[in-house]
Amino acid sequence: MSGQSSILDYPEQEFILPGNRLCAGCGVTIAYRFILKALGKKTLICVPASCLTILHGMYPKTPIMATTVNNTFAGTAAAASGFAAALKATGREDWHVLAMAGDGGTFDMGIQGLSGAAERGDNFIYVCYDNEAYMNTGTQRSSATPAGALTTTTPVRPKEQLKKDFMKIMDAHWLPYMAGISSAYPADVYKKFLKAREIKGTRFFHLSAPCPTGWAYPTKDTVKIGRMMVESCLFPLYEIENGRLSLTGKSLSIARSGGKKPIDEYLGLQGRFKKITAEQAAAFQRHVDEQWEALLARAGF
Amino acid sequence: MEQTLILTGAQAAAEAARLSRVQVVAAYPITPQSKIPETLSGYVERGLLKAEFVRVESEHSAMGVCIAASIAGARAFTATASNGLAYMHEQLHWAAGSRLPIVMPVANRGVGAPWTILNDCQDTISQRDTGWMQFYCMNNQEVLDLVIVAFKAAERLLIPCMVCFDGFLLSHTFMPVAMPGQQEVDSFLPPYVPFHTLDPENPVNINPVVLSDTVADPDGVPSPGYMGFRYRLQKSLEDGLAVIRQTGREFGELFGRSYEDPLFHYQTEDADFLFVAMGAIVGEASEAVDALRGQGVKAGVLGVRVYRPFPAAELYQALRQRRVVAVVEKAISYGYEGALASELKAAFYGKSGPAPVIFNYIAGLGGKDVATADLVQAASESIAAAKSGTVPDRAQWIGC
Ligand SMILES: Cc1ncc(C[n+]2csc(CCOP(=O)(O)OP(=O)(O)O)c2C)c(N)n1
Ligand code: SF4
Ligand SMILES: [Mg+2]
Repeated sequence: MSGQSSILDYPEQEFILPGNRLCAGCGVTIAYRFILKALGKKTLICVPASCLTILHGMYPKTPIMATTVNNTFAGTAAAASGFAAALKATGREDWHVLAMAGDGGTFDMGIQGLSGAAERGDNFIYVCYDNEAYMNTGTQRSSATPAGALTTTTPVRPKEQLKKDFMKIMDAHWLPYMAGISSAYPADVYKKFLKAREIKGTRFFHLSAPCPTGWAYPTKDTVKIGRMMVESCLFPLYEIENGRLSLTGKSLSIARSGGKKPIDEYLGLQGRFKKITAEQAAAFQRHVDEQWEALLARAGF
Repeated sequence: MEQTLILTGAQAAAEAARLSRVQVVAAYPITPQSKIPETLSGYVERGLLKAEFVRVESEHSAMGVCIAASIAGARAFTATASNGLAYMHEQLHWAAGSRLPIVMPVANRGVGAPWTILNDCQDTISQRDTGWMQFYCMNNQEVLDLVIVAFKAAERLLIPCMVCFDGFLLSHTFMPVAMPGQQEVDSFLPPYVPFHTLDPENPVNINPVVLSDTVADPDGVPSPGYMGFRYRLQKSLEDGLAVIRQTGREFGELFGRSYEDPLFHYQTEDADFLFVAMGAIVGEASEAVDALRGQGVKAGVLGVRVYRPFPAAELYQALRQRRVVAVVEKAISYGYEGALASELKAAFYGKSGPAPVIFNYIAGLGGKDVATADLVQAASESIAAAKSGTVPDRAQWIGC
């Protein structure tokens, strides 16, 4: 795909009907809407326990117009492997299998099954939507929670440990396609899914999904927060095809023309960072800078 | 065409999967089950079995793959044992709650800690309440036959089934096994038709969050709450025994080995003492019966082949006229007694008329040898205690 996609290029069909149970301003739905538009109706979705379960509705109602199978919290990748195997065994490989799990269901509990499936190269797309904590159970810390954030299990002293670098872990599986995407950039999401759907094997997406409820910011600011994460290079947009990394969208333009923003404004907008120490904030900024430099180097800048 | 081969239990289970034309196999190795996935992966690689073999990284994923494959319309198969089965626990509930006809042989092995690779039935008994059917095999012929029967019964009932057989005692022991031909098995077991067909025009949300009460869907159709779904599973299991019996009879009509009776009887006709047991230990109990008969004791064995759904009425009928029953179990509900003994006693509760005195023996845990002499002694002690009215209030451990 090249060139700017215009709003007229997106399929009109909506797979998420209006009116669902997620919080106002939730970042998950924005990207999910475009993911499903890109994949189309022959998509089989695997969903573990998470906010996404809530989005998919309570029996007997669902706002999602694609076949979904709920699975155990740690079982998303295995479910996707099972669907891929069954579709192959029964000659229906024209279906897409989409596994979509939270950071808890991916970074923590789901990592074993996902690593197994990715090493085998099972044929599905896996999206980890990252809201940086266990939101469905009430904002407990996960290994995706950044240092400096308050959660309900780090309620007094902000989390001390760095966020796990999950893309590095997935990168070690020699995947044909991986990408970092953000709910604040749906056009980039859509484009990358159009590309990924044509590739065979395990494809992995890390989706930044800002969460007003868990991060404690006004619901109107989800896109703003998401953009700040990209503009500060805290969450760069890129793709890795067979090991070759290229920056995309806003991150590519920052790499080319500069304009990287500091993270303090981003931190200041969110209640979860209200107790971050000056030292922690400085360490956070250093960490972002180092990671960005490493990414730039790998992207050939 | 049927031919007789000399097979281990693990080989028999693998042959049964092949004959059942399983379409997705996902399994993780664990002693004493490993030969099953090894054999099947060889069959798939050599083109002898047209299936997808998913070499999962764990038993949790093995069952996860089977669940998804079964939902998507493929006949799904796995096998495990011991800690592997324990590791699957969450997924076992998920499979039964999803009403999927997955069949899983389990080569029974003790569960750690401490480690043992040897046989007892604690692994499957611990999974008794997951909503799966459980069959227990006495020999390798039953392993082969019951896997095939299990698929048909499971697909009729939409309930998964464990086919349990003792690790090493059966899994690694060669026995003659009559192997039916593919055509005959095909005529017994038609291709799997899933309950739900994937249709992009009619998307559904399978296994979402459900409420506790029945609610109307947008068209006003009442839709069950959680308990309603669970009741349906229980009801199907309760009604399932008749379906299992019918399936076992149909198998018998085609292959000459009927599994209509959920129980196995050895020398029971005139017996006033009976062993009740499950699995390979039925063989040892039969030898003890021969010895007891030599001593003039009218002894017999009742083997429980179908344990879930529990054949309470059949057991009641088979036992009510006996004087003494010794339930010998290779598992225990820790803190009380053997599960089978408890359930057998419950089958007599509230019934008027004669009832046997029921004793419970725990034996053979972690591969401990169960000698004929031990069982003969247990029988003699039980008969004497019943006579003198000195019935112990707890299970007796043999060989401890
Ligand atoms: C085995 C198991 N342990 C714990 C839970 C409880 N649980 C449900 S959702 C959840 C957290 C989900 O977090 P994440 O994956 O990040 O998704 P989010 O809710 O943030 O969207 C937990 C801990 C569970 N369902 N299963
Ligand atoms: S808690 Fe966060 S991620 Fe979950 S629905 Fe609400 S806003 Fe979305
Ligand atoms: Mg989360």
